Amino acid sequence: MTAPGRAVVVAVVGEIPAGGRKIVDIDGRSVGVFNLGDGFVALRNTCPHEGAPLCEGVLSGALTSPTPGVYHYERRGEILRCPWHQWEFDLRTGRSWVDPDRVRVRHYPVTSDGRHVIVHV
Amino acid sequence: MGTGTAGTAVVDCDVHNAVPRLSALFPFLPDSWVDYCRETGVEGFDPAFYPPGAPLSARPGSRVGDGPPGSDPDVVRAHVLDATGARWAVLNCLYAVHALHNPDWAASMAGALNEWQAVHWLAADPRFRASIVVSLRDPHAAAEEIGRRAGNGFVQVLLPASAPAPLGQRSFWPVYAAAEAAGVPVAVHPGVGGANPLSPVGWPAHHVEDYAGAALTLQSQLTSLVAEGVFAAYPGLRVVLLESGVTWLPSLMWRFDKNWKALRREVPWVDRPPSQVIREHVLLSTTPLDAPPALDRAWVDRFLTQLGTVRMLLHAGDYPHWHHGTAPAALLEQLSPAERELVLGGNATRLYGLPEEAGCRPVA
Ligand code: FES
Repeated sequence: MTAPGRAVVVAVVGEIPAGGRKIVDIDGRSVGVFNLGDGFVALRNTCPHEGAPLCEGVLSGALTSPTPGVYHYERRGEILRCPWHQWEFDLRTGRSWVDPDRVRVRHYPVTSDGRHVIVHV
Repeated sequence: MGTGTAGTAVVDCDVHNAVPRLSALFPFLPDSWVDYCRETGVEGFDPAFYPPGAPLSARPGSRVGDGPPGSDPDVVRAHVLDATGARWAVLNCLYAVHALHNPDWAASMAGALNEWQAVHWLAADPRFRASIVVSLRDPHAAAEEIGRRAGNGFVQVLLPASAPAPLGQRSFWPVYAAAEAAGVPVAVHPGVGGANPLSPVGWPAHHVEDYAGAALTLQSQLTSLVAEGVFAAYPGLRVVLLESGVTWLPSLMWRFDKNWKALRREVPWVDRPPSQVIREHVLLSTTPLDAPPALDRAWVDRFLTQLGTVRMLLHAGDYPHWHHGTAPAALLEQLSPAERELVLGGNATRLYGLPEEAGCRPVA
């Protein structure tokens, strides 16, 4: 494993617009970097289900329901859906919707020095 | 039948009492409908898929007197209670008044049928319990009938599996609201309650198709009930699937869970895997049981692991029908004493809120 905390510059600030993403290669690992508007998140671009390029999936919102026929739709753009079997993953935690404790995707801290977007692997 | 176990209050969850002739209901039917029946010359509503003379429709000895098998309370009592030692028998009358297209006639016939059950069956033996027959043509009238009957010996609502539409749809929810409020489960049994055929793909040509394919309609109804959110809207509701097998359920749950992971956004009220919803809300009668001919404990272990809990299973004799062979009894033989107690009576006693004290009369 790579030593924890190694900082890797993956983009310059402004390169990834709010709602946008960039998929980068870090030491042979594919990582998706997403701009949520209030900050960046980075996820391993490998679905824990069967290995799809997860970070190429559609971004959507969190859909819940207190009772049939009532739809609560929140956090638009923060739920990533795998391009293969459409399982949902929370961008902020890496946890899947259907089995959040057991099915998760690795996610990495992201910081900025004002000019660069930096992923800590 | 040798299914009794010392100390277990056996509950037979699927006994079919039959109406001897249409006129038996006339004392309980409003005059306008009595005359309507007489003037139109309608003959009756025996379900077409159990012709009394057809193979498997009636076990030997159940045809007594003029009426159809299961129409004499004394004979039914002797066969399903006295001869087996069962403590309770739940009557599911399949007289097909719910198939009538006129909602008012159907509701009146259902009301008369329930009153006839109260007078001629529930009063005949304290060990009988009955299901409330309703028509889905008018779900609000059905809900009123449930509110009127529940308790007083009526322990469940009976719906036909081939309902006018998928049973989860909201137009039927008054029925589920009434059942939940009354604390009675809703049973689904093969039968026709509208224009839809017994099979999900159209009318089969032969009785053997009706029986061999019975689980398919039940599977469709179960997926509808879960996906439409009936159990989310009525968390206290229990549904009982009757006379359609049990061993198909694990494969449906596997598929339902798998598809839910991808499609749950369509049905966000299904906030847990469908298998979990099913295990919490659904019970099934073990007659018939579709199992290998040589049913052994290894098979039972695997099946119960796949099912998830023995608490979903209800013992049933399916009197007077005779479709089921020996597999239900073979299952009971393979169960541990604790499992057997649950299947024979414990699960049903809890489900139907039956008194738990020992039997009130000596049994064979
Ligand atoms: S590979 Fe991602 S959901 Fe199957």
